[in-house]
Amino acid sequence: MQFMLLFSRQGKLRLQKWYAPLSDTQKKKISREVIQMVLARKPKMCSFLEWRDLKIVYKRYASLYFCCAVEDQENELITLEIIHRYVELLDKYFGSVCELDIIFNFEKAYYILDEFILGGEAQETSKKTVLKAIEQADMLQEEAETPRSVLEEIGLT
Amino acid sequence: MPAPIRLRELIRTIRTARTQAEEREMIQKEFIVEFGTNAIHSLSEYNHFYSSMIQPVKSDLNHSTQYVQGLALCTLGCMGSSEMCRDLAGEVEKLLKTSNSYLRKKAALCAVHVIRKVPELMEMFLPATKNLLSEKNHGVLHTSVVLLTEMCERSPDMLSHFRKLVPQLVRILKNLIMSGYSPEHDVSGISDPFLQVRILRLLRILGKGDDDSSEAMNDILAQVATNTETSKNVGNAILYETVLTIMDIKSESGLRVLAINILGRFLLNNDKNIRYVALTSLLKTVQTDHNAVQRHRSTIDKVTREKALSFALVNGNNIRGMMKELLYFLDSCDPDFKADCASGIFLAAEKYAPSKRWHIDTIMRVLTTAGSYVRDDSVPNLIQLITNSVEMHAYTVQRLYKALLDDISQQPLVQVASWCIGEYGDLLVSGQCEEEEPIQVSEDEVLDVLEGLLVSNLSTPVTRGYSLTAIMKLSTRFSSMNRIKKVVSIYGSSIDVELQQRAVEYNALFKKYDHMRPALLERMPIMEKTATNGPAEIVQTNGETDSTILDTKHLPSITQPASQANDLLDLLGGNDVVPVIQITVPTKPASAGGELLDLLGDLSLTGGPTPTPAPSVTLSQHPFLLDGLASQPLFNDIAPGIPPMTAYNKNGLKIEFTFERANPNPNIAVITIHATNSTEADMTEFVFQAAVPKTFQLQLLSPSSNVVPALNQGSVTQVIRVLNPQKQQLRMRVKLTYTHKGSPVQDLAEVNNFPPQSWQ
Repeated sequence: MQFMLLFSRQGKLRLQKWYAPLSDTQKKKISREVIQMVLARKPKMCSFLEWRDLKIVYKRYASLYFCCAVEDQENELITLEIIHRYVELLDKYFGSVCELDIIFNFEKAYYILDEFILGGEAQETSKKTVLKAIEQADMLQEEAETPRSVLEEIGLT
Repeated sequence: MPAPIRLRELIRTIRTARTQAEEREMIQKEFIVEFGTNAIHSLSEYNHFYSSMIQPVKSDLNHSTQYVQGLALCTLGCMGSSEMCRDLAGEVEKLLKTSNSYLRKKAALCAVHVIRKVPELMEMFLPATKNLLSEKNHGVLHTSVVLLTEMCERSPDMLSHFRKLVPQLVRILKNLIMSGYSPEHDVSGISDPFLQVRILRLLRILGKGDDDSSEAMNDILAQVATNTETSKNVGNAILYETVLTIMDIKSESGLRVLAINILGRFLLNNDKNIRYVALTSLLKTVQTDHNAVQRHRSTIDKVTREKALSFALVNGNNIRGMMKELLYFLDSCDPDFKADCASGIFLAAEKYAPSKRWHIDTIMRVLTTAGSYVRDDSVPNLIQLITNSVEMHAYTVQRLYKALLDDISQQPLVQVASWCIGEYGDLLVSGQCEEEEPIQVSEDEVLDVLEGLLVSNLSTPVTRGYSLTAIMKLSTRFSSMNRIKKVVSIYGSSIDVELQQRAVEYNALFKKYDHMRPALLERMPIMEKTATNGPAEIVQTNGETDSTILDTKHLPSITQPASQANDLLDLLGGNDVVPVIQITVPTKPASAGGELLDLLGDLSLTGGPTPTPAPSVTLSQHPFLLDGLASQPLFNDIAPGIPPMTAYNKNGLKIEFTFERANPNPNIAVITIHATNSTEADMTEFVFQAAVPKTFQLQLLSPSSNVVPALNQGSVTQVIRVLNPQKQQLRMRVKLTYTHKGSPVQDLAEVNNFPPQSWQ
């Protein structure tokens, strides 16, 4: 995968993950182009687009478009499954996920994505394992937020 | 403070960030502060992480907490620069051998990234791959297969080295299929489809070109192909991958048939995504595997009939890719299908062409490769298309000319080419092509080619007709008139009646009607189509400027109609007159020639400001103006007995009327006005208007120009057609306006001296 974009029906970008080195201006340009292209699609059209030398695979879930750009030799149908898996992970984590969840907890959305996909490829095919890893990360953060005594801080207790 | 707490602090502060930019800033700041590095100006995303980050990331990779290590691997694997990859490859390699599956899977993908960035480092990961496939953990398995795939794709040595893994891969795949329900990896009843697809892909690479490996995987492929549940997308994803693998390796014929059948079923699937992938792979298959496919003719016949779907699935975004496949298919498919395929390609190209040049190129490709199979009705459609692609004329005619030099056997190609050369021969000779290197060709060479078509045995009579007409058109575009005249006169005694008739008429054009010749043979205006397969309507527009005019059936500027109509009405005493709308846009008189063909229906131009378009010509058999001229000879029934008359002569402006009768309808009189100016100054913005009594109908076509040059140096001609069903005496009111020596002039006159033959 080269990149993944999440955007609303109004074209607002909610999440962008890039797996290729590109400058900010390039990313902006690409995002704009791809968003425009996908938003212009009619409901009856298929979920695949050819764009430059990549394939754009997209699917709409409620008010959000999930859009992946994959290389030419990738299996488009399994990419749809990847997108679906990511949505399932979000859904399990947030409990009936909606766009607002992603807007207000975007760092979590990125964490989940980073535990599922690394360098453009899926690193874990088990939903349970991904969610467990996120859970552990959450626990670590919670621990950090609980107040500690001065002694604990310097490591004496 | 131990690192994890620092990290937690970091995470906490990040969580307070409201925007991604803020977050990023914080991360950057924290890295600088926490991990104590030298002054860093900025961390631009493009550079990802500066080399000074290597040390901290390195230490993180060695951290005691797997979470931190994981983060570091993620960072490196997603965004590491080649420098970073080089430095940290060793750490990654170490982690690739760890027993911690959480880290091992990340390390594997990190290694993939390192290899992509720095391919020379691939070797160092080889030892670590030894036991990768013995893992039980699916995450590690999946990422390991990805790593192995990457290595095999990049190095033939690696590929041969890893071939020995085929049995192991087959086993893993088998377990996935045969094992019962595994809740952790289940997707709609299928166990870990992601891993299955990845394994199938690796098998494809390993089995390609290798008999033993291909044989070893035969059974499992058959099993997957037959046992996979197809009700959901996930099953189809696996089947799709399986089909691709079967077609790529040295599989036995039974397996291939299985694969083609799967594709066939896909084509009938309700899900358009499935149909899409089926078509793309099927076309690839047929292209590369023609023989294998031929052996299963009955299956394929059914499938290729489904090909009609492919044209329905083509859309604006996939057109380029799809067209490549379709063109390959056209090349290699059965002759029976070629005509259908060609027509389909033209339709698809027309609907979704991303650019005019692409469109022309596609047409050229079809004509040159399957030219003899192209349907007859494609020729007029193509010609219309070319006419409308104004900016591509030079390019198109050049390419077609070159194609003719190669091969004159394919009639549709030859016909389109002749037509284009006739129209745009001047562009060809002047070497104006912008799109590609203009070729040097002389008028004589072009005429050689066209004459060659006339005499060639390969040319059908229709083709000969096209060439002769093309030669004739060139008489206004080339300077070698004598040669053309000679050719035309020779064919006046041709055995072919059609050719003979044309030649005779063209001869007449040279001799008697030379004044009309330039007008008749002028460039075609843009044509508008009513429907893709329907007859073409010719709408008069200012051809050269703007192809968007196609969208409007109305002429751009009808400036004065209303008031003038009223004027004339007043003049002629109210109700017994039907004024005529003067079309003020001086368009090319080519249309004047064309409209001579007009059928009766379009003559009822009544008063009022409706912007009437130029009379539309509905073409039945011959969509070409000049061809139409040929089949409906215009000049056959010239009434030589009708003398011309002077309708108006005042203040140096003289207007003469000449008469013809339009066959086949004797009720229509065609009057051509010739306006000349004997004064020393030009008459500009010259507008001629006419009104006739109510029982008549009058149609005024566009003038040749609206400047009457001084001192009789030229004339403005305009054609009037009068329908006189009741055969009443013709009379007319004319109104003339023009600017002379800076001041506007207006005059009205009555014309009553029409010779009786003009209306009897």
